Amino acid sequence: MSTMVGTLFGAEFAYWQTSGFRLLMAFVAVLLPAGGTVYLYLFKMVSFMQSRLGPMEAGPYGTLQLVAELGKNVQKEDIIPAQADVFVFKAAPYVVLISTFLLVLVVPFGPDAVFADFDTGIFFALAVSSVSVIGILMAGWASASKYSLLGGLRAAGQLIAYELPLVLAVVGVVIQAGTLSVQGIVTSQAEGEIFGWGGVGNPFFLTQLVGFFIFMVAVQAELTQSPFDMPIAESELVAGYMTEYSGFRFLMFFIGEFATANIFAFLAASLFLGGWSLPPFVADALFADGNFSPWMNLVGPAVMGGKMLLLTFVIYWVRFTYPRFREDQLQSFAWKFLIPLALANIAVTGLLKVVF
Amino acid sequence: MSDFLREYFLVLLFGLLAVGVVGSFIGLASLLRPDRPTPGKTLAYESGVDPVGEGWSQSQIRYYIYALLFVMFDVEAVFIFPWATRLEEYGYFGLVEMVIFIFILALGLVYAWRKGVLRWA
Repeated sequence: MSTMVGTLFGAEFAYWQTSGFRLLMAFVAVLLPAGGTVYLYLFKMVSFMQSRLGPMEAGPYGTLQLVAELGKNVQKEDIIPAQADVFVFKAAPYVVLISTFLLVLVVPFGPDAVFADFDTGIFFALAVSSVSVIGILMAGWASASKYSLLGGLRAAGQLIAYELPLVLAVVGVVIQAGTLSVQGIVTSQAEGEIFGWGGVGNPFFLTQLVGFFIFMVAVQAELTQSPFDMPIAESELVAGYMTEYSGFRFLMFFIGEFATANIFAFLAASLFLGGWSLPPFVADALFADGNFSPWMNLVGPAVMGGKMLLLTFVIYWVRFTYPRFREDQLQSFAWKFLIPLALANIAVTGLLKVVF
Repeated sequence: MSDFLREYFLVLLFGLLAVGVVGSFIGLASLLRPDRPTPGKTLAYESGVDPVGEGWSQSQIRYYIYALLFVMFDVEAVFIFPWATRLEEYGYFGLVEMVIFIFILALGLVYAWRKGVLRWA
């Protein structure tokens, strides 16, 4: 399989070269959107929603605030509680970030600009996304603090409850696309037709509106964002499983959380909004091969970026609008509403697929 | 190595990349940060008062039966995904089979619901 550069310039590259390029791009694809959305939404948008200006001092309109934050955190003392299980305490941020980096592996950014096009792509993504639960539970347990332990247990209970709606919501998309490969799902949306008209393809949020809703709610909960932020509820548990962390280790959990938010937005864009593809009537006007022109490898990442910004906007908008659920409301919302709804969605989607 | 294994080798490489990124950030910080632990600093945080008892205190874990339910539905997902990719070939036969399968699982959820497992007890 050729990479983005290989296709564009017709050159052949060795395996280690393409892999090195992929690792570099993965570094960019994880950290750049995380930094961008943290500044744009977490610093600025929420400030405007709350009638204040947000950071203004570091750089024009506070654009260098993140650099200042990094500079601040890099100098902070790294305090490890005397009671803590030191090895597990130190390993926890690694596990959380491993989950994030493995998640980006299956996100396609263009017809050839993929990190890895697994046949079981979306299944792989759902599996590695739950690895972060282990990291969070490790952090909560190893801190040997009551707040941390409660936060870790809450996180575990919440993440397994919302794992199911997340998985079941994807099944509807898989039925429609007929494949588990994320690239295949994007392609079938780009080539799709609505009653014989292929002008905008067939983005699955039109037919899977219920699945899209369930997926976004479950993502919100998986990311422990408000209104599902009980594991780090600051008014009850100080900072939950992160209470005993300081300095850069603390920052790692934050980077993991926001980077994962973006990657879930990338995944949701690929599953429901047509991924890197432009609406076919636009793509056909621009390139000879439409959506499958080699140039889409350069346009695709920008399209993905736009769709990601749209979806993360929704995530942060909800985050700063709704108050926190109660713990039992959280569980009954997942088990008594989302899971039956997702099962019904599968049955209806299957029926319509067979009938048409 | 076959192309198939090469693709999955990327999983290992990406995992190592994550470890490298976190390790180098924390390593960089360890060169710059002060390190003067005192007994006061390394106490477990309990809103300013001295910690009572051990950190690993006993507490009621409320949702462990949910974890059992979770296993049930997670195994279901393993069976549903292959079916979902091939539904077009199976047609009505596959659809009816899967509706029966989902119905039996949903029955399990209804049973747990009726038994009061899904309540804050």
